[in-house]
Amino acid sequence: MSTKPKTQESPKPSATTAWTRKDLIAIRDLSKEELTLVLDTAAAFKQVGTREIKKVPALRGKTLVNFFVEPSTRTRTSFELAAFRLSADVVNISASTSSLSKGETLKDTARNLQALHADIIVLRHSSAGAPLFLGQRLTASVINAGDGAHEHPTQALLDVFTIRERLGRIAGLHVAIIGDILFSRVARSDIAALLKLGARVTLVGPSTLVPREFEKMGVSVTHDIDSILGEVDVVNLLRIQHERQRKEYFPSLGEYTALFGLTKERAAMLKPDALIMHPGPINRGVEIDSEIADSVQSVILDQVTNGLAVRMAVLYLCAGAAIAR
Amino acid sequence: MTKPESPQPPTPPAPGAVLILDSQAIDRALRRIAHEIVERNPDLSRLSIVGVPSRGIEVAQRIAFHIQAIEHTMPHVGIIDVAMHRDDLRIRPRLPFVAVTELPQDIEERTLVIADDVLFSGRTCRAAMDSIASFGRPRRIQLAVLVDRGHRELPISPDYVGKNLPTSPTQRVYVRFQSIDQVPDSVWMDKE
Repeated sequence: MSTKPKTQESPKPSATTAWTRKDLIAIRDLSKEELTLVLDTAAAFKQVGTREIKKVPALRGKTLVNFFVEPSTRTRTSFELAAFRLSADVVNISASTSSLSKGETLKDTARNLQALHADIIVLRHSSAGAPLFLGQRLTASVINAGDGAHEHPTQALLDVFTIRERLGRIAGLHVAIIGDILFSRVARSDIAALLKLGARVTLVGPSTLVPREFEKMGVSVTHDIDSILGEVDVVNLLRIQHERQRKEYFPSLGEYTALFGLTKERAAMLKPDALIMHPGPINRGVEIDSEIADSVQSVILDQVTNGLAVRMAVLYLCAGAAIAR
Repeated sequence: MTKPESPQPPTPPAPGAVLILDSQAIDRALRRIAHEIVERNPDLSRLSIVGVPSRGIEVAQRIAFHIQAIEHTMPHVGIIDVAMHRDDLRIRPRLPFVAVTELPQDIEERTLVIADDVLFSGRTCRAAMDSIASFGRPRRIQLAVLVDRGHRELPISPDYVGKNLPTSPTQRVYVRFQSIDQVPDSVWMDKE
């Protein structure tokens, strides 16, 4: 709710863009106009969280299945809460409780979900392409909540939403993405979204995790973090997934922190209005210094709040497009 | 039916559409509504005109400017999104755009006048009232529309009407504003 009596800016140009996708599979599929429409819609849904009654009837009577073949708590919870706020009913299925562990194929499991009249399936899967596979075969909406090292579109949408909200624009900004790019679906979605919206992107990390190959996507690559900190508008730190034992990619966590961690000394090199982002969960003391994670430049918790708004927008748009069919 | 007074009548939005109100007639209707609103709500500090996107916002702003001209005080103007409160998503060909709602903080102290261009089934108004209720409990809610074309599907009646326009259910009514549509202000309807 705003107290400002400004009403001059509406209607926005995106009001004329139609959304026709029942599925959200990859940022790479979307046009700049579609991205902007999702962000504008998310801005409206973000407000629902500030209302006395934090619930709207837009998806009343719809059933959403959170189908997480790969474990996740925060993304699943965010989708669940987004569905609640839209008045949809939610069922959660994880890998261990699904019949996938009994040898059922992905397609058969999905067809069973459709036979139960699920309207929206939110899928996280370790294999790239699994959401696309389902979306092509089901009449239900399929939302990609992360597939292998391919894409994690709603994370990228909440990242650009947060940047746009804080800095007022995306075009012309310089964004550094730091860390494990090679295995990161977040990085791939972020790169696609940022480039489409006109930002400059520099990838930073050890050469084993940030190969020069990425330059083909239209981004810069550097292995020297100190060389770019003074000029970027946003640093997006990706989590080092040390539980996956990628020891062969860098010698030790200590060495990673020494070379690429956002320490207090490095944070002091940033422009005073530069944003510090992290998709979470953060490893305090590894990719980011604990004090820096809690500093005024950090928007890590904004990202969590905005994730909810962006997911409400995606559910509303995709379910709406499925109905229109 | 109002006689068109513009020297050059604007081009119809659809073949054969009939001009119902031209820009002067629209202006007079909204000015009259402004007078009626002030008469019923003399305390402008407790009044807010909230427009329904997209043309209702324009209606709200124009009523507010007329009130300012009459009373030398600009009432609060807001926006009320209805898209996420609609119950007819499944029968609409296109998903409505979801706009950001702008309401005053002290909603409980105020009378909100919902402003829209055309009143038809009343479902948009119901959605607007539901939306307002999720923010709080205003003292009063009133409804102002530029055109009332009849065929209500809900027990809703407007407080302020610019023009009562008898229509058949299938006839279309077109409202055009210079600021949104880049054509002269006008209201049209299909020939029967």
